[in-house]
Amino acid sequence: MAGLSLDHVSVRYDDLLAVDDVSLDLAPGRVLAVLGPSGCGKSTLLRAVAGLEPVSRGTIAWDGRDLGGVPTHKRGFALMFQDGQLFAHLTVGGNIGYSLRLRRVGAIERRRRVDELLELVGLTGYADRLPATLSGGERQRVALARALAVQPRLLLLDEPLSALDATLRTRLALDLRQILNVSGTTALLVTHDHEEAFAVADEMAVMRAGRVVQSGDLSTVWRAPADAETALFLGYARVLTGDDAARILVAAGLEVSPAVAVRRSALVPDPHGALAGRVRSLRTTPDQLRLEVDVDDLGLLDAVAPLDSHLAVGDGVRLRVDVSRVAAVPRQVSSS
Amino acid sequence: MRDMVSTSSTSGRRWSSLSRPLTLVGLALGPLAVLGVFFVLPVSAMLARGFVVDGSLDVGGVLDVLARPRVHRVLWFTLWSAAAGTVMSLALGLPAAYALYRLDLPLRRPLRALLLVPFALPTVVVGVAFRRLLADSGPLGFLGLDGSAIAIVLGLTFFNAAVVIRAVGTAWEGLDPRPAEAAAALGASPWQVLRTVTLPALKPALVSATSVVFLFCATSFGVVLTLGGLRYSSVETEIYLLTNNLLDLRAAAALSVLQILVVVVLLVVAQRLRATPDPTQERTPPRPRRARRGDVAALVATGLLLVLVLAPMTSLLLGSLRVGDGWGLAAYRALATTGASPGGAEVLAVPVTDALLTSLRTAVDATWMSLLVGLLVAVVVTRHSRGRVERRVRSGLDAVFMLPLGVSAVTVGFGFLIALDEPPLALRDSPLLVPIAQALVALPLVVRTIAPVLGGVDDRQRQAAASLGASPLRAVLTVDLPVVWKPLLAAAGFAFAVSLGEFGATSFLARDDHPTLPVVIYRLLGHPGELNYAMALAASVVLAATTAVVVLAVERLRVPSAGAF
Repeated sequence: MAGLSLDHVSVRYDDLLAVDDVSLDLAPGRVLAVLGPSGCGKSTLLRAVAGLEPVSRGTIAWDGRDLGGVPTHKRGFALMFQDGQLFAHLTVGGNIGYSLRLRRVGAIERRRRVDELLELVGLTGYADRLPATLSGGERQRVALARALAVQPRLLLLDEPLSALDATLRTRLALDLRQILNVSGTTALLVTHDHEEAFAVADEMAVMRAGRVVQSGDLSTVWRAPADAETALFLGYARVLTGDDAARILVAAGLEVSPAVAVRRSALVPDPHGALAGRVRSLRTTPDQLRLEVDVDDLGLLDAVAPLDSHLAVGDGVRLRVDVSRVAAVPRQVSSS
Repeated sequence: MRDMVSTSSTSGRRWSSLSRPLTLVGLALGPLAVLGVFFVLPVSAMLARGFVVDGSLDVGGVLDVLARPRVHRVLWFTLWSAAAGTVMSLALGLPAAYALYRLDLPLRRPLRALLLVPFALPTVVVGVAFRRLLADSGPLGFLGLDGSAIAIVLGLTFFNAAVVIRAVGTAWEGLDPRPAEAAAALGASPWQVLRTVTLPALKPALVSATSVVFLFCATSFGVVLTLGGLRYSSVETEIYLLTNNLLDLRAAAALSVLQILVVVVLLVVAQRLRATPDPTQERTPPRPRRARRGDVAALVATGLLLVLVLAPMTSLLLGSLRVGDGWGLAAYRALATTGASPGGAEVLAVPVTDALLTSLRTAVDATWMSLLVGLLVAVVVTRHSRGRVERRVRSGLDAVFMLPLGVSAVTVGFGFLIALDEPPLALRDSPLLVPIAQALVALPLVVRTIAPVLGGVDDRQRQAAASLGASPLRAVLTVDLPVVWKPLLAAAGFAFAVSLGEFGATSFLARDDHPTLPVVIYRLLGHPGELNYAMALAASVVLAATTAVVVLAVERLRVPSAGAF
């Protein structure tokens, strides 16, 4: 098949199975995010695809051809690190043009490509600066431009935004998404941050303890987390089980399931709501009021209300369940 | 500084702004006095002998010396042999540094330790070992290298590849592998990665290793003296010949000045470019990876270096066990005697075993002296500086205490003889004279082993201790001592090894009734007779084994800065 395919791939460090029997496919032009907590093996997986870690079992293939014996520099996959890893002794232009130099692209053509890429990442005029003079965000942009300069068959991104502060991360995530779209780049992104994954990727694979526990389109994964741990990792605030889950699901008009994942904003005040409770605390954020409500028969749950609602601690309140903010979870909380 | 110009400042504030520079000066005073009396004074006394004739300065006569054809030959030989030694050391040392610090080889730690041993081996021993290997009757006699310049270059490489491995290897080991991986992912072949990413990143360590190795090669004494014979002479051995045999002090002074100038320039270069790892970046060294097909060249070079190191030492050991046509320990038993010359007169004033004891005692003294001074210097040069002036003063001091590294030990030794001869410094017959000279030679090594570690301690740790109520002494005990005791021990080991093998200065200063082992070996070699030669080999083996034990013990401490410059 076209694109990247991983077939039962395992990577072993001495006694530790860092990647355990992972199979994934990535079609050309798509962006796949591998999401997982630190130490789950996602970076090892990325390095294995790059050819930096030997695969102990299974095959990694591109367009159906096994990459087993192909060294990193012949795979045509560019790799972008968490902290950019710019070459400190080269200018911004030298960094971006590095791969072009290796391919003996002439100086004029190289300069043109570098300027083009600088424009793409929003750093026009930066060619002669040294990496040490750049901010963290600028460095990541340069690293991205450098990776794109080879026109890689596949771009590998290792937590590309994690080293940045929150505001910058949000902005750069959107830019990254747009740059990848514009350049039509196929990309494999690993991250522990679900927001980064949602902002940049088309598809997602959730990884835990070396194994892929769920994969598919962003919305599919989001709508139906495979288990409670996955749901929590995807950003759901709580997972309720048993009768509690049934009550929420009934209130939401959904089919009963052993467990349900709820977002912080799943409950909203509504005079006709199916649930009743008493406000225990409330906190104002720029967008909304965040409440903790002691819901009858369910206990303490999160809820949100518009900023202009007149609520106070101790008030009784009726709540409805926002169907788009809960997800039925098929399996019980795993014992691990 | 503002406090000092402000007229309204209280005396207390003025004191506090003055106390830092005063403490700096106070701490530096001791080491500076030591350096002044035992280094600057002797060296300048030696130079004065050459420059001052009949009470008046005679620069022209000294300059005339530099016009002599023999001096030109000596200069030319020093330059090209040092350059060749440096190139060879790099050519074998760099691949070995890569193989032993980046590859997951079996036995790589013992191999690293083994390759570090030559650096501390007594030069005389190495000279003997190479002679034995290359002599017409030796196993490699057919190569006809005995007494050739190639033998000298090989000898220099034997010593200095260890310096390259040490300095570059530790830098390479700590090198972040990700830029190289990024380059590979951008399409760079392993060779291109090495050229465009790895070597530029190693540049500080490379330049510093290269300059220090060149320095060592250019000022090498024992190797050139024992291997060069009468055909080849470097600046260092020429100074020795001129002072000791020809008593031409003017020419010796001229060469010394030239040597000091070159050394200072090289030291400044090395100082500027020395690798200073950023202590704020705590990085775990990457896991060494398994050797691949592309690593064959590096492994072959490492193998060659091993042969170069092991062959002379093995030949030395075998030679010492040779008795007539058989094998035995006769030569070792003879170490309890004073040797014998054909006429029946004794070669040595004392048995070789006595010389070994003298060597050990001297080494103990030299060790505590160099540690005491070296620790003070390391503290002074690494304390956090406030302001540019203070920083300049500290880095200036750092450079000054590196001087003994490159100034001819022969100059120092001879200077001792003439400068410390009369009251109040009548130390000529003091048993401390030899240890003091050796301590000076070991001092740069001690400072370079301790200083990077002390410098790596974040000053905020001391501030945190102080803010929790610790007195300055207490802060040192809690913050500095835990990190510095191992390097201190390592430095002690190196100082001990250097003292054991020191020959240049000691050859001038050791009294006939209290010679050290290297002096005895050199004397035994100078006398004909099969037994004398066998005794020299046996004594060399004993000295090499003692040094090797010390160095291997140091290596077990695993102090990255040990033996690096």
